[in-house]
Formats: sequence, structure tokens, C-alpha cells
Amino acid sequence: MTRKFLSLSVLLSAFLLIFSSVSFAAGADSEDGGEDPTGFIMHHIKDSHEWHFFNIGHTHVTLSLPVIVYSGDRGLEFFSSSDFQNHETHAFGEEYAHEGYFIDSHDHMGRVDGASFTDLSITKNVAMMFLVIAVVLILTLSAARYYKKNGAIAPRGAAAFVEPIVIFVRDEIAHKAIGPKYRKFVPYLLTLFFFIWIGNLIGLLPGAANLTGNIAVTATLAILTFIIVNVNGNKDYWKHVFMTPGVPIPLLLVIVPVEIIGLFTKPFALMVRLFVAITAGHIVILAFIALVFIFQSYTIGVVSTLMVTFINMIELLVATIQAYVFTLFTAMYIGSAVAEHAHDEAH
Amino acid sequence: MDLILPSSGLIFWQLFGFLALLFILVKFAWKPMLAAIDERETSINNALKAAETARNEMANLKAENEKLLAEARLERDTILKKAQDASVKMIDDAKAEAVKAGALMIENAKAVIETEKKAALADVKTQVATLSLAVTEKLLRANLSDNKSQKDLVEGFIKELKLN
Repeated sequence: MTRKFLSLSVLLSAFLLIFSSVSFAAGADSEDGGEDPTGFIMHHIKDSHEWHFFNIGHTHVTLSLPVIVYSGDRGLEFFSSSDFQNHETHAFGEEYAHEGYFIDSHDHMGRVDGASFTDLSITKNVAMMFLVIAVVLILTLSAARYYKKNGAIAPRGAAAFVEPIVIFVRDEIAHKAIGPKYRKFVPYLLTLFFFIWIGNLIGLLPGAANLTGNIAVTATLAILTFIIVNVNGNKDYWKHVFMTPGVPIPLLLVIVPVEIIGLFTKPFALMVRLFVAITAGHIVILAFIALVFIFQSYTIGVVSTLMVTFINMIELLVATIQAYVFTLFTAMYIGSAVAEHAHDEAH
Repeated sequence: MDLILPSSGLIFWQLFGFLALLFILVKFAWKPMLAAIDERETSINNALKAAETARNEMANLKAENEKLLAEARLERDTILKKAQDASVKMIDDAKAEAVKAGALMIENAKAVIETEKKAALADVKTQVATLSLAVTEKLLRANLSDNKSQKDLVEGFIKELKLN
């Protein structure tokens, strides 16, 4: 079904691209006045100090977010993102500086006198993160309340939705990848799975922020995994890193640095995988939408819409797969850290 | 903001938010949920085990019942056979007894008859003797009324004696 749909869409778009070269040429003329498509895409996938939803004519429908700045000399300061922008165009710029701070046109916070400070603003992604946390909390706490109220009976409602996922994470991810000591890690894996999954799904909504496709978010999650893995590493794990069994002493000079690098590449891979998968999906969807504005043709509009619908369906799949993969790899790394194995075993 | 350069503010908020989420969920969602799921799994396993045990017990009970029934049937057969044997024996005994009694009665009857016969014969003998005495007397009275006959008689005796 989806394959048929995909091949049909590709065929149709190829066909239409050939015949719309005229409209492309026409569109290129008027491009000066239109939006730069790269900027449009980057604007949507990057973080911002303001949550921009859509425009009606020249009216920007936005949510002004709190700007929180900490600096050694001035302490903690709170502003609104609307203090730093043109009220007509909602554009940030150095010329709209406010109380010694400004947000430049690339959405970077700066200080007029050039002194150091830390930007702790509730950006679009932070706001989105609170939204994701709220959704996860509502979902799981209402499920937990069901058990508290009804005891150990068959699940219904939110519990019926959450429980299969909980059991899947517990049995298929935690138990299989970690082994007998899995119970301790199930809560972390569950939290990870739900946060990433709900974050991915909400991120697909129009106007939402690209939270799980932000490298700071994936890096934070990867660092937490790194800490949990290495804090729980047992003797075997560290021995495997610094005194790899079955390897001749001279070779250890090569193996040990590789193993130490390996400690860091694991979370690094986690960070990059989620970031790339989600960001790439958003870029593909936005690129198809951008085509409509570039070509300004009805035919391209139809094809783009079909493609965007199709890619969105794939993204729903990717949202779940990436949450699963992140959780699974975390479980596997924990598994390798807590595993007790005989040393004559092949590695 | 940059695409591949993580911003410190977001890292701070993400760390704070995620750890808070982790803490709340561990305390209020995952622990009670996992406990409830475990509890339910245990109770389901126990129920299944109990059902299995009950089924085995039922099977055992049935087997035992059948065994008891078979034993009872066997015992009934034995009792019936014994009763039959006993009755046959009783009948046989009774028959033998009857035969014995009959034989004894016949024996007794025979003895009585013999006695009676002997008594009757004795009586007849006596009667015959008496009768013959009477006849003899009469005959003697008639025949020995004259001398001639007396003489003939004596001669007859003598003749006889001579022959001997």
C-alpha cells in the first residue's frame, strides 16, 4: 500500500517537474520578495527565543518566551523575548538591544559590553520540553492512578495504553539486553522511552519545536546514559576496558586507547543518531513544503502535499523506532557494564 | 541558534526537566505500576497453578473413585460367588441329610417289618400248632373209637420204623 503510494508519488512528481519548468522560471523571478527556503527550514528546526506559530497576512502569531540571563556581575535577570525584537516584523537584531542585552538575527543572545554571561532562557525547545513532560506525566500518572485505585486487575483507559509499552520495555528491551539485573534500570529506560517517543510525536505537529532533533537534548540524554552505564560498570567491565582479557601485553597499548575511546563513542552515537534521524525527517518534510513556495504551482502543491503526508507517516514510524533504538542501545550498554561473564568466553 | 552546537541553556533545562521527570515518574508512576503488573502476573500465575493442581486432584479423585468402584464390583462378585457356593453346599448337605434320614427310616422300617414278620410267623406257628392239635384231637377221637383202626395205626408206625 505505502510502496504503491510512494512509487505513484515519485512518478507523478517527476512528470510534473518536467512540465512545470515554465512555472519554475516564473517563480524564480519573484523569488526576491519571497522567503529564502533554507532559512525557512533552518528557522523551523532550530531553537529560538520566541515560539512562532504562523502568520495571518502580516500578523505574526507568536508566543513570547521568558529570557533568563545569568551573569557574574549582574546576577539572574528576567526579560521577555518581545523586549528584544521589532514589534512589527518580530525580527531579532542587535539594534533592538534591551538593558544591555540583545538577540542577534541568528537568534543568539549577546551582551552589548561583551562581558560573559549564561543564557538560561526558556526557549522554544525548553517550552516544548515542558509540554512533553506534562503530556508524559498526565499519561503515566493517570495510568498509575488506575492501578492505585483498582489494584492488580486488567488495565483499562490510560493504563491499557501505557501498560503494553511498559511491559515491552521491561521484557523486550531491559530484560533481554541487560540480563538478570534488569529491574533496577527499568524506570530509567521507561522514562527515556516515553520522553523521546512523546517528544518525537509532538515534534511532528505543525508549529511544534524540534525538541528531540536538537543536539543539546540528545546530548543531555546521552550523557545521562553514559553516567548510568559507567557508574554501574562492574569489575569485568573495567577489566575489559583496561586489561582486555586474552590480548597480548604489547597489543594492549593499542587496544586500551581504543576501548577508552569506545566508552565515549557509544553515547556519542546515541546523541548523533537521534539528532540526525529526527532533524533529517523534519528537513525532508519542510523541503517538500518549501517546494510549494519555490515553484508556486498547483501541481507541485498537490504532489508536495501527497509526499508530505507520506513522509509524515514514515516519521510516525521513525518517532517510535528512534525512541525504541535509543532505549535499546542504552539497555545494551548497561547490559555490557553489568554483565558477569566467564573470561574464557569469546569477546 | 546553531544546529550542531548544543546550547548550554537548553542542556541545563533539559537536564533539570528530565531528571525531575525521572524522579516524579520513578516515585509516582513506574514503581506502583511495575509493582501492580508484577502482582498481577504473580496472581495470574498462582491462579493458573491452582487450576492445574485442582485439575490434577480431580483426575486423581476420579481415578481413585474408579479404583474403588472396581474394588467394590470385585468384592460384590466374590460375595455373590461365595453365597452361591454356600447355597449349593447347603442344598447338597440338605440332600445328603435327607438321603441319610430316608435310609435310616427305611432301615428302621425294615427292622420293624422283620420283627413284625417274626412275631406273625411265631403266632401263625402257634396257631397252626394249636389248630393241628385240635385237628389231631378230633381225628384221634374219630379214628380211635374202634379197635381196628387203632391196630392199623400202630402197624403203620411199625412199618415206618422198620423202614428207617
